[in-house]
Amino acid sequence: MTTETATRGARHTELDMLEAEAIFIMREVAAEFERPALLFSGGKDSIVLLRIAEKAFWPAKFPFPVMHVDTGHNFPEVIAFRDKRAAELGARLIVGSVQQAIDEGTLTEERGIRASRNRLQTPVLLATIAEHQIDAAMGGARRDEEKARAKERVFSFRDEFGQWDPRNQRPELWSLYNGMHIKGEHMRVFPLSNWTELDIWHYIEREALEVPSIYFTHEREVFERDGMLMSVCPYLPQLPHETTFVAPVRYRTVGDMTCTAAVRSDAADIRAVINEIAVARVTERGASRADDQFSEAAMEDRKREGYF
Amino acid sequence: MDLLRFVTAGSVDDGKSTLIGRLLYDSKQVFEDTLASIQRASEARGLGDMNLALLTDGLRAEREQGITIDVAYRYFATPKRKFIIADSPGHVQYTRNMVTGASTASLALILIDARKGVVSQTRRHSALTSLLGITHLVLCVNKMDLAEWSETRFNEVEADFRAFAGQLGVQEVTVIPMAAVSGENIVDRGEHMPWYTGPTLLEFLETVETPDHVSHGALRFPVQYVLRPHTDEFHDYRGYAGTVASGTVTPGQEILALPLGIRTRVAAVDRFQEQCASATNGDAVSIRLTEEVDVGRGHMLVDPAHAPASATRFSADLCWMSDTLQLRPRQQLWLKHTTRRVRCMVESLDDRLDVETLERSAGPASFGLNDIGRVTLRTMEPIFADPYAVSRDTGSFILIDGSSHQTVAGGMVREVLAQAGAPA
Repeated sequence: MTTETATRGARHTELDMLEAEAIFIMREVAAEFERPALLFSGGKDSIVLLRIAEKAFWPAKFPFPVMHVDTGHNFPEVIAFRDKRAAELGARLIVGSVQQAIDEGTLTEERGIRASRNRLQTPVLLATIAEHQIDAAMGGARRDEEKARAKERVFSFRDEFGQWDPRNQRPELWSLYNGMHIKGEHMRVFPLSNWTELDIWHYIEREALEVPSIYFTHEREVFERDGMLMSVCPYLPQLPHETTFVAPVRYRTVGDMTCTAAVRSDAADIRAVINEIAVARVTERGASRADDQFSEAAMEDRKREGYF
Repeated sequence: MDLLRFVTAGSVDDGKSTLIGRLLYDSKQVFEDTLASIQRASEARGLGDMNLALLTDGLRAEREQGITIDVAYRYFATPKRKFIIADSPGHVQYTRNMVTGASTASLALILIDARKGVVSQTRRHSALTSLLGITHLVLCVNKMDLAEWSETRFNEVEADFRAFAGQLGVQEVTVIPMAAVSGENIVDRGEHMPWYTGPTLLEFLETVETPDHVSHGALRFPVQYVLRPHTDEFHDYRGYAGTVASGTVTPGQEILALPLGIRTRVAAVDRFQEQCASATNGDAVSIRLTEEVDVGRGHMLVDPAHAPASATRFSADLCWMSDTLQLRPRQQLWLKHTTRRVRCMVESLDDRLDVETLERSAGPASFGLNDIGRVTLRTMEPIFADPYAVSRDTGSFILIDGSSHQTVAGGMVREVLAQAGAPA
């Protein structure tokens, strides 16, 4: 009886509650879908998602493959990390390649100095989902990231064209998720919907999770564009006035090298990153994502087309 | 630090989005780039230099129409507490989205315009949140600046609202006068209402105690998934994965497995590489039993001394949410309750609730979008249910249309009934 009283007396922390909620969602997916997959980019949110998967099905392996859409313009450190992590867990890794789609002539590269493969991810994601007959793709997106995401359900229904219809979302009550669909339709599922950027870092610290090195301070050759620090790389042509310099930077989010910016930082470990975010006055997407700056509803528009 | 989930509701133009914008802004949760983007948007729309409502209305259609259509979830934290806001639409047409927002909340903020006082929407929002089991209502009497900061006016509104809340049987009502546009009594006190000595909204939210959503301590463990690793190390492992809905589970404890009706004991409670001394409601664990029994998804492990009813016929409150399908007697649908999905049939529509007058009219012919009322349902296989008033997790269900796969209703079990034809 003493243990019972002790457990009841102990309040769950907010991280315990968020973790339990995410585990519940993931188990619902495994139980209700035939061919789920976990989207794993090597970024911090999907690292947490992978940890949740380990926990939800222990001592069994999680019963789904991990999947990534590689634009060919990703940070090499992150791709190396992705492969290492998938191998450690013995997970099957499915990679959809934007480069391959371009080489095969099914996609056309954008032109101009602001060319990015960000939008090209969507058709490749949808093709990969169709090829592997994935009926539920779990992602690490969070509602605090962006205003269109703040409106999205945990189980987010996609029609046979992979489109999200924000005006016609299924009501989602209590923790009763409705995964019913017909062949060809699929669901995007976001177990970390209720987590914030700080929760992610607190959890990474608590679980002592490894993250790619670019999340911590390092010296990098960068140049300034639209007030953001872009990494010098072969995929990103520089204008004559965009001069290169070396600065101590880190990344708050990890995406394509062409649209992910670095922030000046001296944060060398998780604790320092947490301290930095706790006082940050700019959102992670605002600080580091050029792709969201196109218009007021850039994310909503991309999501309608089938983006993550 | 603990977590408070609350829902906000108000009529069109009561300033709900502004209130939330203010709460986030004044508690320094709005970032510079977000501010810059809403500043640009405000100017482009001729809404003045800073329209805080644009912080929450995120969809194109919402910005175009200037109203909230769907629930937006917002997150903020103070040194005392972490908050999840389900910012819900007030418009009658989007009632189902408000019900979605309220279903996971422990407290509701209801906004009204001080000049207009309690209006039909106020009554509807209060009735809906109370129907969904929210026991704490906070009435935010907004736009006090336009009511000359009048204490008399505030007292009138408060008295009106308390009378209505009394009819609903709401346990806790808090009423706060405020002006969201200037921030009075949201985070800071301001100087215009010295006659008000109660807490500001944020002070209140930081300190309020809300009850658990379960008022009994009997074990309910809906099985979600069976874990069979088939590895050398865990060759014979068979664990029942799930989240404890209520009560506590401890190794050695006797349990009843439903629907099998078999009594056995808990061998271990596992949670990622360790065995726990016990697990309690909200814990996601894996339970091993001492005997091999054929338990699977949709089954429930329960306290044998306080088992839930195995119900195949029950009455429930239903919120009908389909804009294309009408609910009629004899209709067949899927019912999802905990982790269990069964076929169900509507035996009868017993009444429809007018959420503004709280009057119930007997024997409606059908339910359409946003109708709320009492129904009698029959299921092909039993569900293991408690009344919603006792436990949200084991008293709630959704109905799914078999052809469109849409979620067409949210339901709350009221009372388990005897089988048709059987003696009551």
